[in-house]
Amino acid sequence: MTRPSFLHDRLLPILTVLIAIIAIWYLCVVWLNAPFVRDQAARAGTPITFAEILPQTFEQERPVLPAPHQIVTELWKTTVTLPVTSKRSLVYHAWITISATLAGFGIGAVLGILLAVGIVHNRAMDKSLMPWVIASQTIPILAVAPMIIVVLNAIGISGLLPKALISAYLSFFPVVVGMVKGLRSPDRLLLDLMRTYSATPAQLFWKLRWQAALPYLFTSLKVAVAIALVGAIVGELPTGAVAGLGARLLSGSYYGQTIQIWAALFMAALVAALLVSIVGLAHRAVLKRMGERP
Amino acid sequence: MSENFAVVRARNLGLTFETNDGPVHALSNVNLDVGKGDFVSFIGPSGCGKTTFLRVIADLERHTSGTIEVNGTTPENARKDRAYGYVFQAAALLPWRTIEDNIALPLEIMGFTRDQQKERIERTLELVNLNGFGKKYPWQLSGGMQQRASIARALAFDADLLLMDEPFGALDEIVRDHLNEQLLKLWDRTNKTICFVTHSIPEAVYLSTKIVVMSPRPGRVTDIIESTLPRERPLEIRETPEFLEIAHRVREGLKAGHSYDQ
Repeated sequence: MTRPSFLHDRLLPILTVLIAIIAIWYLCVVWLNAPFVRDQAARAGTPITFAEILPQTFEQERPVLPAPHQIVTELWKTTVTLPVTSKRSLVYHAWITISATLAGFGIGAVLGILLAVGIVHNRAMDKSLMPWVIASQTIPILAVAPMIIVVLNAIGISGLLPKALISAYLSFFPVVVGMVKGLRSPDRLLLDLMRTYSATPAQLFWKLRWQAALPYLFTSLKVAVAIALVGAIVGELPTGAVAGLGARLLSGSYYGQTIQIWAALFMAALVAALLVSIVGLAHRAVLKRMGERP
Repeated sequence: MSENFAVVRARNLGLTFETNDGPVHALSNVNLDVGKGDFVSFIGPSGCGKTTFLRVIADLERHTSGTIEVNGTTPENARKDRAYGYVFQAAALLPWRTIEDNIALPLEIMGFTRDQQKERIERTLELVNLNGFGKKYPWQLSGGMQQRASIARALAFDADLLLMDEPFGALDEIVRDHLNEQLLKLWDRTNKTICFVTHSIPEAVYLSTKIVVMSPRPGRVTDIIESTLPRERPLEIRETPEFLEIAHRVREGLKAGHSYDQ
């Protein structure tokens, strides 16, 4: 058996796909941006060769599709060179969104766990609540989000909380579903075992059900934190919020700043990756403490 | 207490499950006394109610007719008094707890102090010959060792009655012989009352002071055999004529039960 090598088993496959994506991307950049260059030349009445068109497709100010290096430059400019306090700093906007995401994720996770505990322990809640929990997710969040923002604004609540509530609305769902499954995962044998000890309901919960549910909880939390971010960004869109990644996306599309839109999108993806990895690390740490087979 | 004080006393005990296909008579008209210090085996084909009877003693099932007393009271009260330790067919260890912590589980639930827990874990690990494995997780142990750990767990809180439901059924014969020998020694040393469900004739004869032969549809007792073997039993005792004679009687009892519904 050879030891798994990080380079060979992890990095290489990912890099291969990345390079393929970038190559296809550049081809699309040329294909989508060339007509604009050609139109300009035609309008000016100067003939233009493909060799002349090619470099120009990579350097437009408002391209149909920005080239990857343009996005990287924009990201660099708006994260590293600008001070964090600047209204144009992506770090500032990302933080606004992250704070709403984390608040919403926290509310959603706690709500999800409480609902799951209720559903598992109470037959009436199981019958009455579960269909509503599922129905709640069939409503398109894009339709609900503006109403939540507007209604809360009318009663004087604005800023972080409305966005956090939209995040919570999305993120409680995977937590409920995962925790219900997790809390019900101990088999008959273990429940019988606890009964032979005449364990109290609290002991049964903390020593058996809760422990058995933890792996399920973390799997759900990973999904929940990612969609909490989506919720926060969606919450920033409808009201024309002045700050946050959603606001950057919106203002970018108002003024045709495609590079700004793409930079904000990439920032959102990075934030999502970061949040999911943090939950993933916590997951690993908990499993390790629980003596998981390596 | 006198020698024949009954730890378990069943009179006309019956249990009927209501299913969609009509009632199933899991137990019918069972009369049995288990004396203090007895090692009683329940043997019979599947469906004869041997496990069900054990579960009734443990208050994991409720009987539907007749009476049963455990330690002179109802099974429910006995369970609440923590009168018995139950060993299941599978080890049923919590995978996220070390062997030590698994043994500590009933002790935590029953409110033993940290020091008491530590002392009892050490003592029971030694009883089942698992010293030095306390810090391991269940998956790091073989099936036989896991089952021994689950026996240690059942012994940890010093219940006088041990209920064992085919505890070695899933193990291979070599491990099984070894564990049978250890179990006998343990029974001899601790002087516990043991109710032991099995479907192996040699196992039942080797271990028991009393063998209860059962048969299915309806689950009932067909024969109760008092063993004449001495308390001290090396593995070789299984080749003596005395042993074979008891085994023969058990086999006859099982046959009789079978011919009933053919």
